[in-house]
Amino acid sequence: MVSLVPSIRAVDLSKKFGPNRAVDRISFEVGAGEVVGFLGPNGAGKSTTMRILTGLLAATSGEAWVAGRSVAREPAEIRHLIGFMPENNPLPEDMRVTEYLRFRARIKGLNRSDRKRRIGEVLELCDLKHGTEKKLIGNLSKGYRQRVGIADAILAEPPIVILDEPTIGLDPHQILGFRKMIEELRGRMTLVISSHILPEVEKVCDRSVILNRGQVVAAGTRSELRDIFSPGQTYEIRVDGSLSEVEKLVKSADNSLVLQDSYREPEGSTRRITFSSPSNTNLVPRIIESLTGPDLPTIHEIRIRRASLEDIFLAATKRTWKDSFEVDSGSAQIANKDLG
Amino acid sequence: MKNFIHFLRHEIRVIAFSPASYVAGVLFLLLMGLIYWTILKSFTLAPQEDTPATQFFRVFWIPAFFVVPLLTMRSIAEERRLGTLQNLLTTPTNPFVVVLAKFVAIYLFYLFLWACTLAFPLLTAEMTSVDQAKIILFDPASLLGGFLFVALSGTLFISLGVFCSSLTRSQLVAGMLTFTGLFLLIAGSRLLLEVPLPESGPLETVSGLFQYLQTFEHLLDFSAGIIDSRPFVYYLSGTLLFFIFSVILVERKA
Repeated sequence: MVSLVPSIRAVDLSKKFGPNRAVDRISFEVGAGEVVGFLGPNGAGKSTTMRILTGLLAATSGEAWVAGRSVAREPAEIRHLIGFMPENNPLPEDMRVTEYLRFRARIKGLNRSDRKRRIGEVLELCDLKHGTEKKLIGNLSKGYRQRVGIADAILAEPPIVILDEPTIGLDPHQILGFRKMIEELRGRMTLVISSHILPEVEKVCDRSVILNRGQVVAAGTRSELRDIFSPGQTYEIRVDGSLSEVEKLVKSADNSLVLQDSYREPEGSTRRITFSSPSNTNLVPRIIESLTGPDLPTIHEIRIRRASLEDIFLAATKRTWKDSFEVDSGSAQIANKDLG
Repeated sequence: MKNFIHFLRHEIRVIAFSPASYVAGVLFLLLMGLIYWTILKSFTLAPQEDTPATQFFRVFWIPAFFVVPLLTMRSIAEERRLGTLQNLLTTPTNPFVVVLAKFVAIYLFYLFLWACTLAFPLLTAEMTSVDQAKIILFDPASLLGGFLFVALSGTLFISLGVFCSSLTRSQLVAGMLTFTGLFLLIAGSRLLLEVPLPESGPLETVSGLFQYLQTFEHLLDFSAGIIDSRPFVYYLSGTLLFFIFSVILVERKA
């Protein structure tokens, strides 16, 4: 049964380091069982937020709750509820993988039988078997070290798992393995994954929270974010014919369609033309109809191009940079006026 | 506290695998062996007032200056530098337990090193056939008193070392801070006696306090078989103070 209490709830969370505001009044929620991506450029405040949620850092103001428990008032309890893999994944170099996991299982309070079972399960899940489990952590490659970190985070089957940059340094095969692993964990626990490798987040996360300069600039599912940051539809057409003729015909299908981009493919006379429309209505049938008939350009392909998370991320972070720049220059102008 | 045993086992393992422990152990036993040999040699040349054990424990400060920094400098500073300390604190573990396990593990190793020096009188007794010499070598008052003093002062020295290690990410800085702290505790307190203070009047208590801090005086009392409660209060309260500061630093600066 899915719990109605959000797994994570942050309200007006702020963290100041001297004069710098690393996290600036951020509020967000993560529902039980969700897989949420925490996105943002370097220095956006992702790691600081995660450290606050795990109780490693105290917030300057605001409050956070984990499974309904206050992080500030019940730090000991929330440590039972969270499995955390910090950024850079610090591990003791001189321990063997199973030895390390056994130690972590003990301090996480697993009893002897659960310990053995869970270590076996996480070794299997994180693909750390076939001799890797006996190796010294210091001798493992970056990818295997990341797996050990993830194995540790999920070891005690916490209801919430927070992974800070888990895919950094992984090769494509390892990333595929990571994706598979997240799929296996989906529904069993709430997962918060911080990353700036956007295609990964896009593939595994139900929802994204985008941070920039310590603030939440966007939060929602990909379609919700697309509606906000990349509204309307973009159509890509591969067609034989002159650009002006195609543009005229396509615009006759719907006045809202605007030519975005066009280029001729290197071989042959086919063009790839992009149109956008602020309307969310599917205009594909009308575009096809407008280009169908004798002596009209030949369509080879038409498709709706959806904004990727990368497009949304760029739009969201660009917007806040622009906003903050405008606010800064606005306040500078006010200050100049005051001085004048 | 239920995790204490797991942490203690882990810390003992860390010490057992750390090259610094072996360097400290070998240097300690070499130096103390040499000192014991010198003491025995002096006994063969002229009659001595004190027993070999009393003279041996009188130089406790020589190994303390390098063994304690070598053993403690890594404890928290290295974990903080690697980031494994924050990894520990995300588990349901109290920082108190983390620091206590480190302290106890290092303290046990420190006691183990001193216990190894028992081999010196044992070997000497094995080599001699003079019964009187055997009695002097194993004088219970000076041996037990000396070991009790080493065990008691060791709590403060190691607590200071762990505290210095919790102040920084650098093992080197932690080691230097510990050395300076030990120097101030052992030699600095002796310099306080040079401060001219009146024998009576309101400053009499200050003079008494300076006398109370004399580590060498404590050793002399212990090796004479005088077990006074005041040094216990001094060393254990100092240990507790540095221990609490270390826990606070680990909690705040993970």
